[in-house]
Amino acid sequence: MSAAVVEQKQTPQPRVITTEPRFTDKVFRSVVTSGGLIAGLLLGLIGFFLIYNGFEAIRAAGLSFLTGFNWVDAVPEDGQAASYGVGAMLYGTMVTGILAMLMGVPVAVGTALFLSYYAPEWIKKPMVVVVDVMAAIPSIVYGLWGYFVLMPHAEYWAKLIHKYLGFIPFFDMPAPVFTRSPFIAGLVLAIMIIPIVTAVSREVFAQTPLERIQAAYALGATKWSMIKAVVFPYGRGGVIGGAMLGLGRALGETVAVYTVLNLVYDIRIEVLLSAGGSVASMIVNKFGEADPVELQALMGAGFVLFMVTLLVNFLANYIINKTARE
Amino acid sequence: MSQAILDVKPEYPWKLTPKDLVTDFLGALFTLASTLAIVGFSPLKGKLGFAITLIFMAIITTTIMSWIKLDRKAAFNSATTVLVYVTASFVIIALASVLYEIIRLGAPGFSFSIFSNDMSQTASDMPLTEGGLLHAVIGTAYIVTFATLISTPIGILTALYIVEVKGRFAGLVRFFVQAMSGVPSIVAGLFIFALWMIQLGNAYSAVAGGFALTVLMIPTVARTAEEVLKLIPSDLREAGLALGATQWRTVAMVVIPAARSGLITAVILGIARVVGETAPLLLTIGGADAINLNPTQGNMSAFPYYVWKNLLIGSENAISRAWLGVFVLMIVVLVFFTLARYLGAARGGRK
Repeated sequence: MSAAVVEQKQTPQPRVITTEPRFTDKVFRSVVTSGGLIAGLLLGLIGFFLIYNGFEAIRAAGLSFLTGFNWVDAVPEDGQAASYGVGAMLYGTMVTGILAMLMGVPVAVGTALFLSYYAPEWIKKPMVVVVDVMAAIPSIVYGLWGYFVLMPHAEYWAKLIHKYLGFIPFFDMPAPVFTRSPFIAGLVLAIMIIPIVTAVSREVFAQTPLERIQAAYALGATKWSMIKAVVFPYGRGGVIGGAMLGLGRALGETVAVYTVLNLVYDIRIEVLLSAGGSVASMIVNKFGEADPVELQALMGAGFVLFMVTLLVNFLANYIINKTARE
Repeated sequence: MSQAILDVKPEYPWKLTPKDLVTDFLGALFTLASTLAIVGFSPLKGKLGFAITLIFMAIITTTIMSWIKLDRKAAFNSATTVLVYVTASFVIIALASVLYEIIRLGAPGFSFSIFSNDMSQTASDMPLTEGGLLHAVIGTAYIVTFATLISTPIGILTALYIVEVKGRFAGLVRFFVQAMSGVPSIVAGLFIFALWMIQLGNAYSAVAGGFALTVLMIPTVARTAEEVLKLIPSDLREAGLALGATQWRTVAMVVIPAARSGLITAVILGIARVVGETAPLLLTIGGADAINLNPTQGNMSAFPYYVWKNLLIGSENAISRAWLGVFVLMIVVLVFFTLARYLGAARGGRK
């Protein structure tokens, strides 16, 4: 009896089983977590510092900072006060962005369809490389190409559009200057957003359930009927999201737009006329000789641009993530 | 019995018969001939007129041909097929034009002396045999190296947080990284200008440019690294943990070595993404014509800045210099791009 008790005492304690991470893991996790949160922190900091530096200008102008057409520096000798508003530029940004979407998205979706369903095997790989290289080309290269190579052609196209479609108010021309128009900026931006829209569209097309595609073919569908009945309904959200992602890129594009667009502080609906606006290009344009007061206004403009692109991107990613999860 | 089986020949009903080939060929011939006829005898002219007529006639011909052969649905299918091929060829034409013009306008000015001279003794208007872009090479090297040094650890930590730690904020962080990849480059430049210059009182320097590019590089590195880490089979992680390793040891000794080439690809893709960024550098590095070996002080130049400056000067030789800069810049971008693809392909091949 007593021997048994002694034996029991000699049995080692059971190991403590716990889900508590070890010390090294705690350190590891906190380091990785703090590293991971830097992205969010940076986004917050960007917003904060832009609004912090631009607050004076925005407060002075009030709501007219968003709606005003003027970008006038103070001229103390003439008693002229500074007045800053990004309204015209914001409108111009939207116009070029939407033009880029109208021209770029159909081509991008067509290319994605080509890559997913039409292309013969031997051309698929080179074509993917083509799209990837297009994405890798820096915007200043597109700017230079757009100005020196595309512009002479695009000017001719614009003249043709004006000649045959001039009765539509958008294509009207008050003055015969066809260079550096929103139309040409939209063309360059369209080429720049094609890679990203193609990539996103391809991704959602690739997720189309194979059995539905095969079911459509088995029912005797042609390729186009199959795409219309299966691929588009399934991937619609992804394509819309991809297009918006492209729009976000187009809205924030700076250098390429600057080279091919004539900045005019006015709201005009004629897209072929050499007068347009772009918030990002305006910032580069005015930054060089800005005095401290104007610099604040530029920071404010940067904040507006940041918020607009952030909003567009949030929406786009939300739509894409939702489609991808379904 | 066996004789009968041997007699059966495989059939390929989907293959084009000689008759199909002949009709297709005739259709193509008709398209070409009618296009030439229309361009020849109507006011439409030039390359644009030819291209539009060709596309239009191709759609009409294929549509009518398949309508005769089959039905309305087949006709519609043919028309859309032609359209899809046309859009894809638009993309190829655009890229080919960009690359061709870069070589046509940029390559003539290329010589190795541009890598041993700067622009401090040379005006942009002088012939291209004088001066060079050594200052831009040094500037870009400093700026990109600096951006890589900061954004690589942050990007990989972010990816580790999303894939390995899977913390409470993983979804949120993923969302932030996605949003960050859409931040316009000019905004990144303004941000660094507001923080580093206005707030902290520093002057233009390569370091400031590096900070601005970091903002743009982190999301590229983080997203690619995330994809790479997701591809690592979870068997490896479970094996490590089952052997009693802590998570830290598992990640450091198993996951990261397994993903190494992919992570390097992520960094190289990030470099290719930022090496040509112009707008943020316009606000942060100040620009210079002479070599500046000190990355922390003094105005600095860079490839994109060099192109930008010569583009704005606008004289004939300056434009040639801009194209030369673009030519060299594109070589750098494509080298990094090819490297990233090569490493990515090597990783895929080993599996």
